[in-house]
Amino acid sequence: MKNSEIWVAFYTIIVREIRRFTRIWPQTLLPPAITMSLYFAIFGNLIGGRIGEMGGFSYMQYIVPGLIMMAVITNSYSNVSSSFFSAKFQHSVQELLVSPTPNWVILLGYTLGGVARGLCVGLIVTLLSLFFTHLALENLFLTILVVCLTAVMFSLGGFVNAIYARSFDDVSIVPTFILTPLTYLGGVFYSIDLLPDFWQSVSMLNPVLYMVNAFRYGILGVSDINVYWALVIVSVFIVVLFSFGLRLLNQGKGIRS
Amino acid sequence: MTYAIEISDLKKRYEGGFEALKGIDLKVEKGDFFALLGPNGAGKSTTIGVLCSLVNKTSGSVSIFGNDIDKDFAKAKQFLGVVPQEFNFNVFETVFNVVVTQAGFYGITRAVAEKRAEKYLKQLDLWDKKDSQSRMLSGGMKRRLMIARALIHEPEVLILDEPTAGVDIELRRSMWEFIKKLNEQGTTIILTTHYLEEAEQLCRNIAIISAGEIVENTSVKALLKTLNQETFILDLDSNLPDNWSLPGFNVAVSKDATTLEVEVVKGQSINAIFKALDDISINVVSMRNKSNRLEELFVKLIKG
Repeated sequence: MKNSEIWVAFYTIIVREIRRFTRIWPQTLLPPAITMSLYFAIFGNLIGGRIGEMGGFSYMQYIVPGLIMMAVITNSYSNVSSSFFSAKFQHSVQELLVSPTPNWVILLGYTLGGVARGLCVGLIVTLLSLFFTHLALENLFLTILVVCLTAVMFSLGGFVNAIYARSFDDVSIVPTFILTPLTYLGGVFYSIDLLPDFWQSVSMLNPVLYMVNAFRYGILGVSDINVYWALVIVSVFIVVLFSFGLRLLNQGKGIRS
Repeated sequence: MTYAIEISDLKKRYEGGFEALKGIDLKVEKGDFFALLGPNGAGKSTTIGVLCSLVNKTSGSVSIFGNDIDKDFAKAKQFLGVVPQEFNFNVFETVFNVVVTQAGFYGITRAVAEKRAEKYLKQLDLWDKKDSQSRMLSGGMKRRLMIARALIHEPEVLILDEPTAGVDIELRRSMWEFIKKLNEQGTTIILTTHYLEEAEQLCRNIAIISAGEIVENTSVKALLKTLNQETFILDLDSNLPDNWSLPGFNVAVSKDATTLEVEVVKGQSINAIFKALDDISINVVSMRNKSNRLEELFVKLIKG
């Protein structure tokens, strides 16, 4: 394919992915808006008012970046995993496989579809948070960079999950049993300074901790970890997951006999 | 000579050890109307799957318009349009979007794709359904949608895997008229079907695959010439007398004695049948083959 044709194929995949999650907005955009509003109201306002300050900010201000990131992570991941698995399930993935679209374009297209949903939900949650608190923005560039890289990483993770998934249960296992615990234990609701030394060390093995803290640093200017380590870790995960996802596509794992 | 499809020593062994293709060789000329026939599980869909990259081959070579799929599969795919046996479009997309999106995967711009989509959806009587979700279509409409989608990049070769399965007679006929026109305009057609009369009427060349091997690959005419015996059924205007016989022929008479079944060996004249009936003042009202000629050969070949 010529470069211009590759661009058309890439654009087509992204447009189709965006059309998919906007068409089913009550399933994709509305639930995180409601859930996060409840988090803001209950944890931020009601309970947070009694907790006092954390990291030099009100509890509400402290948890907002983490909750935004939590929404971005779960939505970018589940967008790709459910979309690609559905395409596998109803065999419509064959439309792409019989076409000359290169595998790296397929992978990139689905990934950016996931990023689009992650960012869209992230924006909705951010706007909702403004009804509850004031958000300073310490470092706009870092904030955008971290949220985009995180969305890319988890979209790629969702793609790998979908490749291996054989049933809809397989698509929900990783978010439920791995992603959610990692996110909750990734410093969304607390600073790891509150933990005993041992659990602080264990928390340092959680990649989500780095992303949440880097994002919080971009908005509030406080972090439990070195932000540059966060960028390195996310970048390494992206390279590894992209290479792995591409390898699986080239092999035809789960999509070719 | 460059063939539309050239397959050499193609083998496919699935995980678990099942050998679906045992080294098949096949050549389809440009512009041909080619039938790939075989019983269920013979290897037809696996062969098509390899051609369109849905099945990884174990060994052998495949070229599409001279493009080896191991060297430049992307270019080879440009020549190919596939109408699979199972519905495989996104059922929540509209008819129009299914077709236009597929064009995008071939690098065709939206403006060109929309014009082509209108052309093919109109030709296949789906234009008034363009805004309907594809899941709302009837079975026949879904089949036509898959044909429109396969044609959107205007391929040189169109592969149809059981395209008329479950389609009513009227629609089947209109579908074949459409496919015949495409072939007349130069598109190479490869089809698999269980309706052997379709293959006999439409196709010029034929390959019969059985248990992963090509057991016959010739022209339909040449194949039919090898038929040694045909069975005809004659409907008569009155009852045959008891103990009536027809020397030189194997005959069977129905219970009501107005239907006669006669086996005619190749080279034997059927005039003698009419003469014998005329002698006893019985007229033949109608006459037909007991079964499709190709079907008789097909059964022999796959058993053979």
